Amino acid sequence: MSMNKKAPEDTRVIVGMSGGVDSSVAAYLLKQQGYDVIGIFMKNWDDTDESGVCTATTDYEDVIRVCNQLEIPYYAVNFEKQYWDKVFTYFLEEYKAGRTPNPDVMCNKEIKFRAFLDHALSLGADYLATGHYARVERDEDGVKMLRGVDYNKDQTYFLNALTQEQLQHVMFPLGEIEKPRVREIALEAGLATAKKKDSTGICFIGERNFKEFLSEFLPAQPGNMETTDGEVKGRHDGLMYYTLGQRQGLGIGGAGEPWFVVGKDLDRNVLLVGQGYDHPELYSNGLTAVGLNWIDVPKENRFTCTAKFRYRQEDQPVTVELDGNGEARVMFDEPQRAITPGQAVVFYDGDVCLGGGTIEEVIK
Amino acid sequence: MKRIYLDHAATSPVAAEVVEAMRPFYEGVFGNPSSIHHFGREARRGLDEARDTIAGAVNAGFDEIIFTSGGTESDNLAVIGYSMANREKGRHVITTQVEHHGILHAFEHLETLGFEVTYLQVDESGRVSEDQVRDALREDTILISIMYGNNEVGTVQPVEEIGAILTDHQAVFHTDAVQAFGLAEIDVKKLNVDMLSVSAHKINGPKGTGFLYLKSGLTVSPGLYGGEQERKRRAGTENVAGAAGLKKAVELAIEKREERLALYDSFRTAMIQVFDEEGLDFQVNGSSMYYLPHILNVSFPGANVELMLTNLDISGIAASSGSACTAGSIEPSHVLSAMFPEQPERSRSAIRFSFGDGLTEEDIRTAAEKTAKIVTRLTD
Repeated sequence: MSMNKKAPEDTRVIVGMSGGVDSSVAAYLLKQQGYDVIGIFMKNWDDTDESGVCTATTDYEDVIRVCNQLEIPYYAVNFEKQYWDKVFTYFLEEYKAGRTPNPDVMCNKEIKFRAFLDHALSLGADYLATGHYARVERDEDGVKMLRGVDYNKDQTYFLNALTQEQLQHVMFPLGEIEKPRVREIALEAGLATAKKKDSTGICFIGERNFKEFLSEFLPAQPGNMETTDGEVKGRHDGLMYYTLGQRQGLGIGGAGEPWFVVGKDLDRNVLLVGQGYDHPELYSNGLTAVGLNWIDVPKENRFTCTAKFRYRQEDQPVTVELDGNGEARVMFDEPQRAITPGQAVVFYDGDVCLGGGTIEEVIK
Repeated sequence: MKRIYLDHAATSPVAAEVVEAMRPFYEGVFGNPSSIHHFGREARRGLDEARDTIAGAVNAGFDEIIFTSGGTESDNLAVIGYSMANREKGRHVITTQVEHHGILHAFEHLETLGFEVTYLQVDESGRVSEDQVRDALREDTILISIMYGNNEVGTVQPVEEIGAILTDHQAVFHTDAVQAFGLAEIDVKKLNVDMLSVSAHKINGPKGTGFLYLKSGLTVSPGLYGGEQERKRRAGTENVAGAAGLKKAVELAIEKREERLALYDSFRTAMIQVFDEEGLDFQVNGSSMYYLPHILNVSFPGANVELMLTNLDISGIAASSGSACTAGSIEPSHVLSAMFPEQPERSRSAIRFSFGDGLTEEDIRTAAEKTAKIVTRLTD
């Protein structure tokens, strides 16, 4: 069923509702369009604190309020175990391996658009909708995923690991709208979440201190901070707490330009630091990517396109060479700063998101 | 789509006669029962009539009925109120693992106040024995609270037998009869209970009202402080309309008891029969000997309970997992976990169907067939 011929009222759309304004408006718009809409709240993480308070409870209460306003049924589903096994375990493993994981990409791939999509389909849904800023276009050749028209909010970077099969069943009602308009719609419709603050950060960490959070799960191994010439500049608290290109929190004073993280020597547990935002160690000419997923399968093994190496970055022109084993060499037209292993590299042709992979190594 | 409500153990529809019984107190009789004028007396008459009828219904005295806001408050008043008022007699209390949270969390609170609580283990049918109670009894035991019938699996405890062994012990005996009232014959003297909780909304009465039977001579510390209502054991202006509704609900429950027992038993049989006919793999949880017939708890191995319940609701069948929800998602049931500690799968795949007023055998068959279809699809 790549093309849906059913009338909206016969088309069941399950909306993944977080209790935020985006998914509220997504549900509202689908309801306006006459779909058979059901809201479902996903609980992926138990953040109950000592006083028994859990943000999931208040978020679910907001889902209930909005669904009652829209007169649609609502349910909840618990994917804590799947989230722990598929996303959180990966997250910790990556940090242990000295890399910087992207749990949002993994969550979309394994939870929202796999476990949750399966759940929705087994409830008789034709589509799963979310409040992501992205677009899907369906034709006889399959599905294309495009950037949301609000480039500033575009979330295709996090959705790059979705497959054709997953995207066939997906709707992104906010893809054609700009974020400020979403707030306006919520206010006009009087939705209970219209003025709710957007959530920030990684969902399971929330507003908490990242370092503190990570230290609960991974033993920190303090070590030396050294320049690339081997001069000891101080101590670090554990390599996992630092990201390439980071300036804050190094605690190295003295004369001259500010200090930055320019590398990690895992074998010696040494954090490599260098002076100046544009320290040459931070720059690379290319990268190798693994675990590639193509929404649009490339016709050639060598082609040019644009790419993002982190969320909200400007697209960069690149040349991609596929090795035929799901890995690629990606060479940059211009040297790039702070390419971070573990993060996603996502490819675009104009507005079309072609797919992406995980950054394995940089090529100097 | 005709919706079929099979969640009467969660709450039940208010009977038309109950609404009628409450109507005068919303349309004219509004006085405060404590007032000394005509208006107060009118209200007081309604309240006293309710108390009188209810006392008679459970073979208690007029002054042994305390009106509360429902099951949880009655349970709290019994467990916490009695223990706190009598703590100089001892600090040991006994209950079971499978109580309603209105009891369990009250006992957990007592633990923080220095009481020692024994939680009796249940067998696979969800029952405790009078021997277990006898073994757990100590000289300093002051309270035993054991529910009459379980709200998740319907298992009935040997209340009368336990009551009998306590007659020569200082410990008093409370039973939570919220689920059992209306289906089990409740006579506080025959049962040898000292305290007993009932809630109105489980027996086609209004929400927010219930009562605690408190044997005369026993003292409880109040949960609310204020006026002298309910002989200082429950402050706050009485819910007169609620009491009138509760009175009518109690009358109806007793009047229809025999008829309902037979009817719900036939519903159970019909439902199980359809599951058999449809070739489902299922296990009935609870006791086949000692049970409340309006509760049928069934595990469908391999099926996920959230998915089943959501599918059922979409098909117009309202059932429940019988256990607590956090942020809308279902936590493993403490009752089933206690019954089957080695079988988490059994509690993860369990659904509670509960019967009540207004259902027909055809409804039950329709619901069972829809359930079978969903379970078959989900376990394929």
